[in-house]
Amino acid sequence: MPTDKPLLVVENLCVSFLTEGGVVPAVSGVSFSLEQREILGVVGESGSGKSQTLLAIMGLISSPNAVVTGSVRFLGRELLGLKRRALDAIRGRQIAMIFQDPMTALTPVHTIGDQIIEQIRAHERVSRAIARKRAVDLLDAVGLPSPESAVDRYPHQLSGGMRQRAVIAMALSCNPALLIADEPTTALDVTVQAQILELIGRLRDEFGSAVILVTHDLGVVAEVADRVLVMYAGRVVEEGGKGQLFREPLHPYAWGLFGSIPPMHGPRPARLTAIPGSPPKLSQMPQGCAFGPRCTFRHQACIAQPSLGGAGGHRSACFLPQDGRQDLRRTLAAGAVPA
Amino acid sequence: MTETRPKPLVRTSDLSKHYPVGRSLLQRRIVHAVEQISLDIFPGETLGIVGESGCGKSTLGRCLVRLTEITSGALEFEGLDITKASQRQLRPIRRQMQMVFQDPAASLNPRRRVGDLLADPFRVHEKLSRSEMMDRVEELLVRVELLPEHAQRFPHEFSGGQRQRIGIARALALRPRLIVADEPVSALDVSIQAQIINLLCDLRDEFNLTYVFIAHDLSVVRQFSSRVAVMYMGSIVETGPVDAIFSAPRHHYTIALRSAVPVPDVDNRPGQRIMLKGDLPSPLDPPSGCRFHTRCVAATSVCRQERPVLSLVDKNHFVACHHPSAG
Ligand SMILES: Nc1ncnc2c1ncn2[C@@H]1O[C@H](COP(=O)(O)OP(=O)(O)OP(=O)(O)O)[C@@H](O)[C@H]1O
Ligand SMILES: Nc1ncnc2c1ncn2[C@@H]1O[C@H](COP(=O)(O)OP(=O)(O)OP(=O)(O)O)[C@@H](O)[C@H]1O
Ligand code: SF4
Ligand code: SF4
Ligand SMILES: [Mg+2]
Ligand SMILES: [Mg+2]
Repeated sequence: MPTDKPLLVVENLCVSFLTEGGVVPAVSGVSFSLEQREILGVVGESGSGKSQTLLAIMGLISSPNAVVTGSVRFLGRELLGLKRRALDAIRGRQIAMIFQDPMTALTPVHTIGDQIIEQIRAHERVSRAIARKRAVDLLDAVGLPSPESAVDRYPHQLSGGMRQRAVIAMALSCNPALLIADEPTTALDVTVQAQILELIGRLRDEFGSAVILVTHDLGVVAEVADRVLVMYAGRVVEEGGKGQLFREPLHPYAWGLFGSIPPMHGPRPARLTAIPGSPPKLSQMPQGCAFGPRCTFRHQACIAQPSLGGAGGHRSACFLPQDGRQDLRRTLAAGAVPA
Repeated sequence: MTETRPKPLVRTSDLSKHYPVGRSLLQRRIVHAVEQISLDIFPGETLGIVGESGCGKSTLGRCLVRLTEITSGALEFEGLDITKASQRQLRPIRRQMQMVFQDPAASLNPRRRVGDLLADPFRVHEKLSRSEMMDRVEELLVRVELLPEHAQRFPHEFSGGQRQRIGIARALALRPRLIVADEPVSALDVSIQAQIINLLCDLRDEFNLTYVFIAHDLSVVRQFSSRVAVMYMGSIVETGPVDAIFSAPRHHYTIALRSAVPVPDVDNRPGQRIMLKGDLPSPLDPPSGCRFHTRCVAATSVCRQERPVLSLVDKNHFVACHHPSAG
């Protein structure tokens, strides 16, 4: 397998729902690509389309009112429109997915060992004994204490963090090239989250998996991601390497996000640079830039739809001139601290 | 501790709250949700309470405003012992202490208009004419940065952030002295979270409020609190001024907790992370001695045998540990 080819290429992905209140454009023209062994962080507010993007990639949007268009190529092969059987063969084997609530992936009536064994044997012809040995090794690899006895436990006998680890072990059982994780640590305590994030970092190093990690926590992204997508109202508004995005964010929404997070070190600002207002209703999108109604820098041009642009892999969807954005950003931060 | 301090607004002495769990008498076990907490809360301060899920933060908060019965120990409000006060005896004190919850929707009747919901406290506690009441409601809405016409709407017509503003307005209605806010911003997006924190800050200054601010997000607690108490398995293991807790924590649990927080900064990475082993022990079967000894890097045999008590290590800074870190 040549490693210079991207693992996943998503082009102009759109997901909309036909509802009584009109068309809800949940995802509008999302494009990105993912290299082998790359960890991509996806951040954005609640309802910005993060989960729908992942579900569309996995072919898991089943609502009869949903319309999914665009292209999702995995190792050169188009996934959109693929038959259920063909998709099932890819899911769980080459692409695995974990969710915020580990119970969505676990059956309460079977031990976690049985569930991992079943998963292994669904894709590989190995004996139960061998599959069981692999299950124990995987539970050990994800840091579950005493894996030999944990393998025989039922989900309800495990804590939230242990369950999420069991689900990750299950996801890893087939050595997936791509792991898609939707808020995998959001329901966990920070000390447990730290353990799971370390585990996700190790996946790439030890198992060679690429990861798409959806989170609303920029701290989590700074911790594990190589590259970051920022989503707003169904679109990617900024994309860049982690260093680029954290050092010199380009989009006014990203500026607002950073200003909204209280610092853990150094002086405390008298006030946080909150973003005024709230995200638009998807069924009543403002004309042009969706961030416009909350944006301090909105101007004439913004009644049109900005598209992603920029150099060096760092792109944003905003009509402000490319030069001088960091100065503008500073004026925003300065306005937040009253004299 | 020789300087004279103002009298505490709230004082707890060895306050405990136990929950019996288990169906039959034979299976009955006790959860020590809050265990012997002695705490003074002074007028005008914001006490942040942090700790992981299940450590007893909400239970402590509910005890402080007597929303739940207290198992043992004592609770005073402005010097008055209200540990065992009846609901009737509590009534004049109720208006002085209010609570704000994580999910305001859960405490707002979906079938009633926001204006009526906000008028309730006035109906119960003050004899106002209808138009006076409506004036007060509109005043409140404007104060939490909503619009007077929002009084006509129902709770479900608001976004999460707006609903939290309604929850805050309701708590504020009777001009309380103490507000216990239990994870008031945990369910909100960061940009909305920042709006609500700014609002709570403004109200603190304007109405001289004393806050108990419960949150599991350490950066939010650092931003908003003047003093912090760290809880682990029902007890306070460390308490002190916010800067001391964040820049020179002394308890090994506080140190691990702080180091686990992912920081949204790629240049100033915090130093070596202290990775805690394992999970929280079961609250039904807490470890002997120091509750933290099963996960502590510095544990010795004395930790397994003797329960450490809070003792002074620096100005207003208390730690319950046999071998506190140098800080
Ligand atoms: N079946 C559906 N019908 C109509 N709208 C839907 C449907 N499913 C999802 N949506 C809408 O799609 C939008 C995007 O939702 P999505 O779950 O992708 O957001 P998200 O970024 O993952 O948010 P969160 O952080 O809350 O998980 C939301 O506004 C949601 O209401
Ligand atoms: N009504 C109840 N009956 C039995 N046990 C309870 C009850 N309420 C709380 N507990 C237990 O008491 C302990 C403390 O719970 P509490 O809700 O105070 O924790 P918390 O710190 O607020 O947690 P979280 O961060 O998850 O909100 C937990 O072990 C919990 O399971
Ligand atoms: S395009 Fe205009 S409204 Fe949108 S973020 Fe840029 S400046 Fe603001
Ligand atoms: S008392 Fe012992 S076990 Fe507890 S925190 Fe201190 S050193 Fe660790
Ligand atoms: Mg989601
Ligand atoms: Mg709680």
